[in-house]
Amino acid sequence: MQYITLDGETDFDGWRKAARSLVLHHVPPADVTWAVQGGDPELFAPPAPSPILEVNEGTFNVSGKFVDLAKSAILHRDRERFAILYRLLFRLKDHHDLIEVATDPDVALVTAMARAVHRDEHKMHAFVRFREIGRERAAHYVAWFEPEHHIVELAAPFFARRFADMPWSILTPDLCAHWDGHALSFTPGVSKSEAPSEDRLEETWRSYYASIFNPARLKVKAMQTEMPKKYWRNLPEASIIKPLIEDAERMTGAMIANAPTDPHKPQKRPEAPMTRKTAANDLEALRAEAAHCRACPLYKDATQTVFGEGPENATIMLVGEQPGDKEDLAGHPFVGPAGQMLDRALAEAGVDRKKVYVTNAVKHFKFVPRGKIRLHQKPATPEIKACRQWYEREVSAIQPELIVAMGATAAQSVFGKITPIGKTRGRLLDLPDGRKALVTVHPSYLLRLPDPEAKVMEYQRFVEDLKIAAALQKKASRAA
Amino acid sequence: MDVQRKLEILADAAKYDASCASSGTEKRDSSDGKGMGSTAPGMGICHSYAPDGRCISLLKVLLTNACNYDCLYCINRASSNVPRARFTIDEVVKLTLDFYRRNYIEGLFLSSGIIRSPDYTMEQVVSVARKLREEHHFRGYIHLKTIPEADDTLITEAGKYADRLSINIEMPEAASLQQFAPEKDVRAIRRAMGRLRLKLDEAEEDSSAKTKARPQRFAPAGQSTQMIVGADSANDHTILHTSANLYGSYRMRRVYYSAFSPIPDASRALPLVQPPLLREHRLYQADWLMRFYGFDVAEIVDDSAMLPLDIDPKLAWALRHRDRFPLDVNRASREELLRVPGFGTKAVERIIATRRTTTIRLSDLARLHVPRHKALPFIILSDHRPAPHRLDAAGLIERFKPKATQLGFGF
Repeated sequence: MQYITLDGETDFDGWRKAARSLVLHHVPPADVTWAVQGGDPELFAPPAPSPILEVNEGTFNVSGKFVDLAKSAILHRDRERFAILYRLLFRLKDHHDLIEVATDPDVALVTAMARAVHRDEHKMHAFVRFREIGRERAAHYVAWFEPEHHIVELAAPFFARRFADMPWSILTPDLCAHWDGHALSFTPGVSKSEAPSEDRLEETWRSYYASIFNPARLKVKAMQTEMPKKYWRNLPEASIIKPLIEDAERMTGAMIANAPTDPHKPQKRPEAPMTRKTAANDLEALRAEAAHCRACPLYKDATQTVFGEGPENATIMLVGEQPGDKEDLAGHPFVGPAGQMLDRALAEAGVDRKKVYVTNAVKHFKFVPRGKIRLHQKPATPEIKACRQWYEREVSAIQPELIVAMGATAAQSVFGKITPIGKTRGRLLDLPDGRKALVTVHPSYLLRLPDPEAKVMEYQRFVEDLKIAAALQKKASRAA
Repeated sequence: MDVQRKLEILADAAKYDASCASSGTEKRDSSDGKGMGSTAPGMGICHSYAPDGRCISLLKVLLTNACNYDCLYCINRASSNVPRARFTIDEVVKLTLDFYRRNYIEGLFLSSGIIRSPDYTMEQVVSVARKLREEHHFRGYIHLKTIPEADDTLITEAGKYADRLSINIEMPEAASLQQFAPEKDVRAIRRAMGRLRLKLDEAEEDSSAKTKARPQRFAPAGQSTQMIVGADSANDHTILHTSANLYGSYRMRRVYYSAFSPIPDASRALPLVQPPLLREHRLYQADWLMRFYGFDVAEIVDDSAMLPLDIDPKLAWALRHRDRFPLDVNRASREELLRVPGFGTKAVERIIATRRTTTIRLSDLARLHVPRHKALPFIILSDHRPAPHRLDAAGLIERFKPKATQLGFGF
């Protein structure tokens, strides 16, 4: 039989050193008795601990997961923890993967211990309540806490990082932690009477606690699951829990029973602040009107109407398909990746971007949510038809000479019927109202092409198409 | 009026907002010795719990409960007879620091009634955060409520100081918002959420680009929102559809559901009954299924468009899809395992790690932290196979319903 005595309740290094040498000497768990220096003596404890066995040649590895678990579980108050950990270690030596087996009784036990320790640590971070001694600059903050496990050294650095600029002490029956503004130190445990019994702010804290509580939602069990009663005796707010609960039903009943009183002075309020200002010109009026469009159901899930943008006297009007994710958020057409592609192509073709009016056939983003992204959906004919009124009114407000339809949806809107791009692309067509139309692809089509060579070629074709618009723009500006 | 009385009024006025989290932000601490406070990226800390079961992690107050708006569901509406109060900026700053120093809170959640103008109000709210951060070097958590129509520069500044920003959508349907909150405009609210998302995305790109220029900090804990449940007639399908949209469109970290509870001096237009707490609970469970279990809204609710109150939504789904069960725990995919009633995400991870080494048996369920009672009819283990008639039995649902109890007097 080996009798091992550790330096203290949290002596992980001592345990590790002893355990390693015991494993290497093949000492079975049943032959080891663990104790702590100065702890309660075991029944039938030996007069003196065994000397640590000399480590002969050889070593063995255990997974880091075990080391992490053991470092936590050793802080558990269970007196058997050193033996349980040794038993698991002994088995791990030959079954390295055992640590992954959540259903193994030893793994489950050690995991549960580690979890209990971390929960206790978390509760200490949450439920320590400092009380101020002295005032202002010379103030010292002192708390009394009764941890369930040996977690003071584990939990203290958190308070050092958080309250670095104030001296504090956390007193517990096991161990006391102190911070002087520079370093952490630990002293033996004390009794509760050593801790201050009140703080000038506790009355204010209690009144906050009472006011933030909604008596109409009484859920006492839910509270106790998270804040077990064992912590209550050191929480200043806990003294009013009982009266708050007792009063809750009466208050709720009164709220429900009381007939509503007459409203407070029916005052005339300033105009609703969220509504927009009235329009400056036709296009602005149109934009404001379109913001409230409900002609099809797309408005429901979209953020906003993305209306056309550009000068009111533009010679050229570009029509795209519909706003995408970014356009929907920003409220401007062609600001996303397709918009950047368009800007580049326009510049290359020699079209002055500032003189062009850019809009979409459909003015709300159509999508289906897929978790955290929105999948773009092609607008259906009823939606294109419902939205066409805005396109028509944009045309009559701007009176462009040339309308460039980018993509099939745009072509359908511009020609009022389904118009294949392949047949009509790249040449000037006549519209019934005397304007010219030009059909080309949508820039997002170029973005989607997987083949890099095809991408370059198609982009060049797109620029060529836009050059037709550039020529017309130049002619128009000379005429002006 | 002394600060304590103001605190009573302005905390009372803030208690209907369900958001409470102090998690998901960047890692900060004050170990450089300048200032005070810390945050951890993983989780926030709940410092206390109120008897309504909700956690207290932040000092949640209004700067003022005076308000120009007259939203019927809101205790602070212009026509309400509640007493009014207004904190000065310094009072909120001092209260936050004093509470924080005693470890009562993780930080501040500041909202405000709208006074004078949206810009004026937002400016006041931002001033509190600026003072905490710049003058007192406060490193704790700050959540600010954003006023939708406030100027963009103010929103940018808010994001510079705050960990989280939020704008409440308030009602699941545009029509009810129009009815209950005539001055609010759901379009303006959504536009503001869209602007926030663009700024959040931008800040994220900046920080991942690792450029030399310091990234523009913007609300590292993202944005959240709240919906009031039970004040209007919207069904659960509508509510969850709205949530799915909010998560997908604006990258909400959280959509909070707040069961409408009677407020003192309420409007006649509202249902003055006990708040539908169980329904709120089921909505949170359904929300969880959408975010962490790969469920789609249409799967979660049946044709009635309401979640059952007596059983949880995942169990209800499983009972509607008995043809997919029983599932062999030792073979099923992660996606399939996540659909088993009683299997949480952590249990599923433990199962997958364990079964690589050994076979899972009936007696292992407890160590995997799986409730036997709930899972057994739906799973096959190496030593357990549910009787086929059992899974098909019409009475299976009775097994899960809470036991009927005798009505008694609440002693």
